[in-house]
Amino acid sequence: MLIKKRTGIEIPSSEITPESVYLSRRHFMRGAALSTAAVAAGGLLAACASPEAEPGSSATDVSAVQTAMPGKVSATADELGDPLNSFEEITTYNNYYEFSTNKEAVAPLSKNFPTAPWQVEVGGLVNKPKTYGLEDLMAFEQEERIYRLRCVEAWSMVIPWLGFPLSKLLNEVEPTSAAKYVRFETVQDRDNMPGLNSSLFPWPYVEGLRLDEAMNDLAILSTGLYGEALLPQNGAPIRLVVPWKYGFKSIKSIVKIDLVDTMPESLWMKTAANEYGFYATVNPNVDHPRWSQATERRIGEFGRRETLLFNGYGEFVAHLYDDPDFDTTQSVRGQ
Amino acid sequence: MIPILTPPNLSVVSEPVAKESKQMSAATGRETAVSTPKRWDRKHTARLLTWLTHIGALVPLAVLLVEYFTNNLGVDPVREILFHTGTTALVLLAMSLAVTPVTIAFGWKQVIPLRRPLGLYAFFYVCLHLLTFVWLDYGLDLAFIIDGIVEQPFVLVGTAAFLLLIPLAITSTKGWQKRLGKRWKTLHKLSYLIIILALIHFIWLVKNVYIEPGIYVGIVALLFLARWNPVKQKLLRWQRQIRSRLK
Ligand code: HEM
Repeated sequence: MLIKKRTGIEIPSSEITPESVYLSRRHFMRGAALSTAAVAAGGLLAACASPEAEPGSSATDVSAVQTAMPGKVSATADELGDPLNSFEEITTYNNYYEFSTNKEAVAPLSKNFPTAPWQVEVGGLVNKPKTYGLEDLMAFEQEERIYRLRCVEAWSMVIPWLGFPLSKLLNEVEPTSAAKYVRFETVQDRDNMPGLNSSLFPWPYVEGLRLDEAMNDLAILSTGLYGEALLPQNGAPIRLVVPWKYGFKSIKSIVKIDLVDTMPESLWMKTAANEYGFYATVNPNVDHPRWSQATERRIGEFGRRETLLFNGYGEFVAHLYDDPDFDTTQSVRGQ
Repeated sequence: MIPILTPPNLSVVSEPVAKESKQMSAATGRETAVSTPKRWDRKHTARLLTWLTHIGALVPLAVLLVEYFTNNLGVDPVREILFHTGTTALVLLAMSLAVTPVTIAFGWKQVIPLRRPLGLYAFFYVCLHLLTFVWLDYGLDLAFIIDGIVEQPFVLVGTAAFLLLIPLAITSTKGWQKRLGKRWKTLHKLSYLIIILALIHFIWLVKNVYIEPGIYVGIVALLFLARWNPVKQKLLRWQRQIRSRLK
């Protein structure tokens, strides 16, 4: 049933490495980063390199193999050659404020979050409004997409998502010519989401895209990762993934999708519009008002890497922002 | 509202240790005349407090090392180490600034000699914190580090706090205290500014949930309040009343 098809971004076949090679390379990379730093620091803390991070530790590390690969994926790196983050990293380090503002607390708190039955109501300025059940959503051809996720907090991961282009769903409901934006809403399950009791945020979580952004092939609705159904902490049963924008745009556990004619006001715009704007495209040249966006820490690595414009997806999305009237700083900060 | 640099008459605060220890020995001297076992008690208490301070201040480092070697720092160990060392430094700074309020509120003069080790341990954790930043986080890449400091106001403020701590750490010895005389006290009032910078650093890096830094701001505000003359006098009066009732 699962069809592994990748559109848009092709990974060179040389990157499709067997698990064992992949794992040892990953370990090597960690070890290398550490030991370079250790040498540079005059070996001050060289003893700190944990056994896990030692160069050359090989695929005999069975537990690592198991946690890294619960399901099947078709490649072990993104198109730039950077290795996937492990299943453990992706499922234990989550920003999901409906559960907790503590990233490590989200997974345990969301363990029993009920994700079935589930319905997504798609309506607004469309010719054929429809309420989708989970089965209907799973009936779309599921593709694997290996994307970088760049959080506005300046850390990043590489994640093998499963899902389908948002455009397929939007085409089914037929947006009218009046539709200009798409508005998404997260479930408000007060019994199971302790964070909703916090009055610090104007719940529900709302996000939005301009219609042409939403129709871009890179924007997907994801139902799984690492070849398995999404876990609650990652936004089960269905979430948005827009890899060229900061992570908070990729709204989780969606129950409502509306086509609208005015720019939707997201939860983060209501909270701090100058810091988390509507467009929020990844841009190393426009800093967050309080911190730099020039570099990022890839989870699993020491040291930093330079952040890429549009998170490295400019080739596919830069044209969306070509309009000469479009203020490029707005693309990051909103308006 | 809260005076940052307290007026000079509020100075149980930074009485040089040399003088205080003289007062203490004078006090204990008086006690000696009355009863010998009491003097032993005092000495024991002082030694016990010093040891507790050393052990207590090293526990966070031990926890960090255990967590590191048992792989319990989570998937973003760099951030965890930054948080752990930063929080420890802030708590120790606050504790060193709590010494005077504790003597004002409870009259426990025994805690005065703890101020120096508490301050020095705070400086030690700030050094670890900074080392984590430049090495584990920024991989000793100078261009990245400069961007990371200059472009991030919260780091700039943290760096200012660190730089201001250096002269205080250097001049924390008895020798420097003597050499600087009155100016030593003035210099060490910088610690008020340092903790305010550290709090701004903390508040500034938080993403919209200000509860944790808020708690620290509250505690530090209380510590400042206790040094404010009207409050201080009231506390001293209460203390005298309670003591006379206990007699
Ligand atoms: C007196 C000096 C300092 C104190 C008391 C201090 C304290 C703290 C505290 C309490 C935190 C937050 C911990 C948490 O959220 O649990 C923190 C985070 C942090 N500090 Fe400092 N700090 C100081 C100086 C510095 C310096 C000199 C730098 C770098 C040059 C720095 C860089 C950072 C960074 C990068 C973070 C983590 C930000 C994040 O990932 O969200 N700090 N610090």
